[in-house]
Amino acid sequence: MKTRVLNLIKRAVAVVLFAPALALAAGAELHLDRAPVSKDLASLQHGAKLFVNYCLNCHGASFMRYNQLENIGLSEQLIRDNLLFTGERVGDLMKVSMRPADAKVWFGTAVPDLTLIARQRASEFGSGADWLYTYLRQFYRDESRPTGWNNVVFENVGMPHVLWELQGDQTATVTDDGHGGKTVELSLAKPGKLSAAEYDKSVADLVSFLVWMGEPVAEKRKTIGLFVLAFLAGLFVLSYALKKNYWKDIH
Amino acid sequence: MTTKSQALLNWIDERFPLTSTWKAHLSEYYAPKNFNFWYFFGSLALLVLVIQIVTGIFLVMHYKPDGTLNAAGIPVAFASVEYIMREVPGGWLIRYLHSTGASAFFVVVYLHMFRGLLYGSYRKPRELIWIFGTLIFLALMAEAFMGYLLPWGQMSYWGAQVIINLFSAIPVIGPDLSLVIRGDYVISDATLNRFFSFHVIAVPLVLIGLVAAHIIALHEVGSNNPDGVEIKKKKGADGIPLDGIPFHPYYTVKDIVGVVVFLFFFSAVVFFAPEAGGYFLEFNNFIPADPLKTPPHIAPVWYFTPFYSILRAVTYPLFGLDAKFWGVVAMGASVVIIAFLPWLDRSPVKSIRYKGPVFKIAVVIFVISFVILGYLGVKPPEYKFFGVLPGAPIAQLCSVLYFAFFLLMPWYSKIDKCKPEPERVNFK
Repeated sequence: MKTRVLNLIKRAVAVVLFAPALALAAGAELHLDRAPVSKDLASLQHGAKLFVNYCLNCHGASFMRYNQLENIGLSEQLIRDNLLFTGERVGDLMKVSMRPADAKVWFGTAVPDLTLIARQRASEFGSGADWLYTYLRQFYRDESRPTGWNNVVFENVGMPHVLWELQGDQTATVTDDGHGGKTVELSLAKPGKLSAAEYDKSVADLVSFLVWMGEPVAEKRKTIGLFVLAFLAGLFVLSYALKKNYWKDIH
Repeated sequence: MTTKSQALLNWIDERFPLTSTWKAHLSEYYAPKNFNFWYFFGSLALLVLVIQIVTGIFLVMHYKPDGTLNAAGIPVAFASVEYIMREVPGGWLIRYLHSTGASAFFVVVYLHMFRGLLYGSYRKPRELIWIFGTLIFLALMAEAFMGYLLPWGQMSYWGAQVIINLFSAIPVIGPDLSLVIRGDYVISDATLNRFFSFHVIAVPLVLIGLVAAHIIALHEVGSNNPDGVEIKKKKGADGIPLDGIPFHPYYTVKDIVGVVVFLFFFSAVVFFAPEAGGYFLEFNNFIPADPLKTPPHIAPVWYFTPFYSILRAVTYPLFGLDAKFWGVVAMGASVVIIAFLPWLDRSPVKSIRYKGPVFKIAVVIFVISFVILGYLGVKPPEYKFFGVLPGAPIAQLCSVLYFAFFLLMPWYSKIDKCKPEPERVNFK
């Protein structure tokens, strides 16, 4: 009798414990790695360099001006010498010369502007940074795709693996779990210029830059916020004392 | 006061009722002395209205209601919001104050309405105050809905699409009505422009007029209080209610404390979490509107979700009319029914302090239902609690409970065992 009750409790506990897992299995779930987002200037600068060299060829950042990069510690001269390739001016927006219509023909889809990508990609599964960090590390070879590349978090993505020479080629082993879900296991078939750890660090820097670009004012906003809250806390003491003083003769 | 400024005041008073208005509404408006925490939210709603109007004025200076694409292929309206966020000095602050203000408005208004429910502030002679209040709530919903289209993001676009399509469910006039609202066959530049017009001038004018009516009516009959007794029944020899104190300075200094505390929490959101985890600014709304790409899950902003849940809860066609139509009817009714509270409550007492257990339980069930409806409204219809408990039938149950709270009130408020009301208000 006792064991039967115990078993029943065990089963009930198991149901409660696994319920959240079932909940996720019902929807299209995403397993995202936590992005080590950095606010360190060197990381942001490295990210900016990667962004301008690898992303900006096809993606625009049409709300960003080159000289706003001065806010992450680059001098105007540095920006001019290293990040302007095709005669733009330092005050220009980071627009891309590819026309949206051409992109549609070449990649099958309009190429999204990246200024706000880190804010757009946030979801219940993780921050936008987590999504980007996972996405940029999970490209794999897939000959069935027109570009020869596919991606674990963004299935049948139109973009080829632009950072392949850094990461190398990954191949995927797809296993079906029999319940409509599948797991994709990636392995490095051909190493790139960077080691796995170095590549992860580079992607982290790039993602950190994208996060910064999504809201360049974010850090300043928090700093100002501290002063505002401190001011209001002080004002509370004064206003409360004023109220007490006025109300002391109300009985 | 010096004789010169007294002379100036006299000069004005002979031409404009300045002193008498000041006295009638502030220095000699006698409010019950026992207001508690719940009585902060009326003045806070007024504060948020001012925040929204002032920040709105500055946003309109830079925002462009233009749905066409710029050279980079991004809608001008969307780009102008980012321009405000990045290039207008202090623009990010103005914008976050406005976007957080929208949610804060509903927070304080919901709490303000709940206060009325707790202490029977809608009861005779305050029925008109309550009706004006319900109309303010309706106008506020219209204002928020139209304002949400302006950033022209994916959620702006598709949220508006879903809601405007609802009107097409109305028999006979529906399709033409939704066409008139949109100004086009799809949500387009025409829709954006008319919503902009409504959001910045038409609805705010109505809102301010209603707020004025709400306050004038309140000052005519006097404020209710947590004990629900009329302070005007017990007056001193000077004709002043014994439990009344002048609004100014007593409640002005008290409300300043409320304002500071409110601004503390408000600023915490503005400066540290302006997206509020995707509830105040939805993540999808950072993607420019794309008429060709429907997002997989379209959810209204949190303050609409209880009513949206009621809309979705109706899944049966009736009398040959679409379930969607009855959903719209149910959603409309769920807001309008609030206005009838003064005539639904038959309790001999006003305040929950002296009401019996039945009413108290009814309020608890109502609040729980409302919160669950709100929670389910942000989730897709197939959502399951803990992955096993289907949300859809729970939303239906909660919708029934929501209406039952109102419709059964004439009965349960009458049979309830109430405690006797005190003669005077309780203070400390």
